[in-house]
Amino acid sequence: MSVQEKENISRRGFLKLAGIAGSALCLGLYVSEKAEASVLNEAQATAAIEGVELAAWIIINTDGKVTLISHRAEMGQGVYHSIAQIIAEELEVDLYKVDIQFAQGDEKKFGSQLTGGSSTIRGSYKNLLKLSATARQVLIQAAANRWNVPAAECYAALGHVHHKPSGKSAHYGELVADAAKLTAPANVKLKARADYKVITKPLHRRDSPLKTNGEAIFGIDKRLPGLQFAVVERNPRLRGKVKSFDATAALKVPGVTKVFKVVMGVWTTDREGVAVVANSTWAAMQGKKALKVEWDDTGFEHISTAEIFTRQRELLKTSEGLPLRTQGDPNGVIAGSADKLDVVYETPYQSHSCMEPVNCIAHFQGDKVEIWGPVQAPNWIQDYVSKKMGLAPEKVIVNMTFLGGGFGRKAMPDYPHEAAVISKEIGAPVQVVWTREDDATQGPYRPGISYRCEGVVENGAISALKFRMAGQNNDHWRSPDNGRPNRSTSEGFLKPYYDSIKNLSFSDVPFKTPIPTSFWRSVYASTNGFAYESFLDEIAHKAGKDPLALRREYLKDERLQKLIDKMEAVSGWKSRRKNQGFGAAITECFGSTVGHIVKVSKKTGGGIHIDKVWVVVDCGWYVNPDIIKAQVEGSVVMGLGAATIHEITFKDGMVEQRNFYDYKMPRITDIPLTEVHIIDNDADAGGMGEPGLPAFAPALTNAIFDLTGKRIRKLPFDLNAV
Amino acid sequence: MITLNVNQKQYQIDADPNMPLLWAIRDIIGLTGTKYGCGVAQCGACTIHLNGEAVRSCVTKVSRAVGQQVTTIEGLSKANDHPAQLAWNEANVPQCGYCHSGQIMSAAVLLREKANPTDADIDAAMAGNICRCGTYQRIREAIHLAAKLQKEGAK
Repeated sequence: MSVQEKENISRRGFLKLAGIAGSALCLGLYVSEKAEASVLNEAQATAAIEGVELAAWIIINTDGKVTLISHRAEMGQGVYHSIAQIIAEELEVDLYKVDIQFAQGDEKKFGSQLTGGSSTIRGSYKNLLKLSATARQVLIQAAANRWNVPAAECYAALGHVHHKPSGKSAHYGELVADAAKLTAPANVKLKARADYKVITKPLHRRDSPLKTNGEAIFGIDKRLPGLQFAVVERNPRLRGKVKSFDATAALKVPGVTKVFKVVMGVWTTDREGVAVVANSTWAAMQGKKALKVEWDDTGFEHISTAEIFTRQRELLKTSEGLPLRTQGDPNGVIAGSADKLDVVYETPYQSHSCMEPVNCIAHFQGDKVEIWGPVQAPNWIQDYVSKKMGLAPEKVIVNMTFLGGGFGRKAMPDYPHEAAVISKEIGAPVQVVWTREDDATQGPYRPGISYRCEGVVENGAISALKFRMAGQNNDHWRSPDNGRPNRSTSEGFLKPYYDSIKNLSFSDVPFKTPIPTSFWRSVYASTNGFAYESFLDEIAHKAGKDPLALRREYLKDERLQKLIDKMEAVSGWKSRRKNQGFGAAITECFGSTVGHIVKVSKKTGGGIHIDKVWVVVDCGWYVNPDIIKAQVEGSVVMGLGAATIHEITFKDGMVEQRNFYDYKMPRITDIPLTEVHIIDNDADAGGMGEPGLPAFAPALTNAIFDLTGKRIRKLPFDLNAV
Repeated sequence: MITLNVNQKQYQIDADPNMPLLWAIRDIIGLTGTKYGCGVAQCGACTIHLNGEAVRSCVTKVSRAVGQQVTTIEGLSKANDHPAQLAWNEANVPQCGYCHSGQIMSAAVLLREKANPTDADIDAAMAGNICRCGTYQRIREAIHLAAKLQKEGAK
């Protein structure tokens, strides 16, 4: 998704400048293949100033106000701030005075708006830098022309152009009319990293003040005139149909106005429920409690967790699966070995459990529907809802709010579709709120996966590694099974191993259930990382080698060698004593490599205490080191929950967890101290919303093995029961 | 009609006395800074002050607030300048930010009760507030900073 998206952007023509005399300067990327400069017509420019986005990403008004149209969602990862921090550098404007607005969903204008795959910064920073620098240069040229001086004698700072020798200055607003008439230079020189004044600095987040006084509008906070509130009684077996319902008692609840059956699309499947509409969320919830629904749960399997994992293990015993990658002859080496390692790792189904439960507003108005919500992929919603409801894409208007967490769940277009269906039925704007119980019991979930890992070590060297994965393929929810292996089977695994391990294979053993699954922060790397990096630890011990030394030996890559140097240096790895409780793991995903060192000790009275976590990040070029640190600190906490607490279980087709009392979250009392180090280099930017997570679990269990000799191969496990 | 005093302002609302304050504040009065997270007093996203004490508004009935002083995040300070708010911003605590109205309301009570909270005090006072983004390390740091700011005479 991410690489392809990068390509999409680079294929798009780079708009130099667009503007209109006297009103504003609009800067952005057109989706046109043409690379010529474009000038907006007056109506377009007026629309842009009035807040209707064109292809513009940045608008400079005649009063000097700079508006950034943010094409991606802000769900905690910081891009609301980071995009502004990028443009402030090359445009030479005050970061804290840039007005930031969320774009509406429009793939034609913005390319992919899927805020996923940790793709926002790495997918757009080069164009944003170029766009900003070009605009600055044109503004400088406009000033130079006006003053009849060489442009080289002028410079820009904080939204003004200054002429050094004469001391003249003009703010950008005064120059936009002239600037819009100029032809933009083709190749503006970008600043060297060492000259950055804004980028690479740990500046305060723009969205922070909005989030400390209640001002930030999340989806659930959005209000419209005449807004109705709805909740939906949902089938606990997810896939069943509504056989009948009795709304008598529900309709007697004060405030409840309507009760009706609703069908929501979950990608290629439909989900049935009964909607309760009222004049407050509470009244709707009371109505839902009073509702009696009979479900038709025929036609699909009512599966249980034990059955899922038993089947996966059986499959892994007998099936070779669909090969994703094979090099050398791992099967031959393994067959010829009398001393192979052959183990199974297991990771559970998990819920995203965003703090802001899933919710969405829709207002259906005859031939169009407008949507407001905490959504990660406004363009996907536009596409999906238009197809499901038979509307033209431009008649589905999708507005982003802040997201109270996303983690992949809010990339799904199911809940916006449901809100649109309910609004159409009642003929009024409606906010549909999923209760926490809906959020926990309805999915989609991160798929539970079993991994069979086989390996042969001879004379202290790796002779062969063979990995097979059996778990649901998220792609099958979006498109038909094409018979190909899950393309994420090796996600998280470090690519330089391909050069150093001669006999190696990954394959996907197809596995299906009726349970809907989806991306969950760091996606397959979050579970692959546990299996593959734990198994490499097993291999190191089998080879009689220090686990980090083994990685150093097999990762012949300069950046990885530096990462390992740093991991050793910050954690005191080399001066540790054996069995003191140190564990290491390194994973790569979404363009960034992250290494974790975890130190554990035995608690008095039993159990394991996590003393410290050191994390070293190599994400290449970056914007804001403090946001990166925050993402990693948070990833450790989320990874701790994922490794030691969280498991969605199924019994007779129903999810057994309902709320935070039985799907418990790590709390402030549970967290280890985390220290984050970022390696400075100028390589292409990698993502940072997700890559901090996968290596935590294996570093923790590898540390527990170092301390206790106990190898943990199944998540979650109880730290107090080790 | 029920009269509620929220952030020093009187509101006449037509609500079921059994309705949780959370929904009256959000859906009827229209102050949306107080969040719904779980509905069962597990996560603390809905934390408000009732006569200065932190309560979970998702399980506190409207009837209990009649004649009392209700304070929400919007009323904690006039200019986002309560020591906890200042410290939260200084330490870049919020990520998604959804839980922080509740976190700050809990922290404000702690800071009033203990001028110099220890890590153990902070853990005890803040254990009822969940943050899915995992900002706990910074919450701890921010509360220490807020205590310092409070001592130095910030509002």
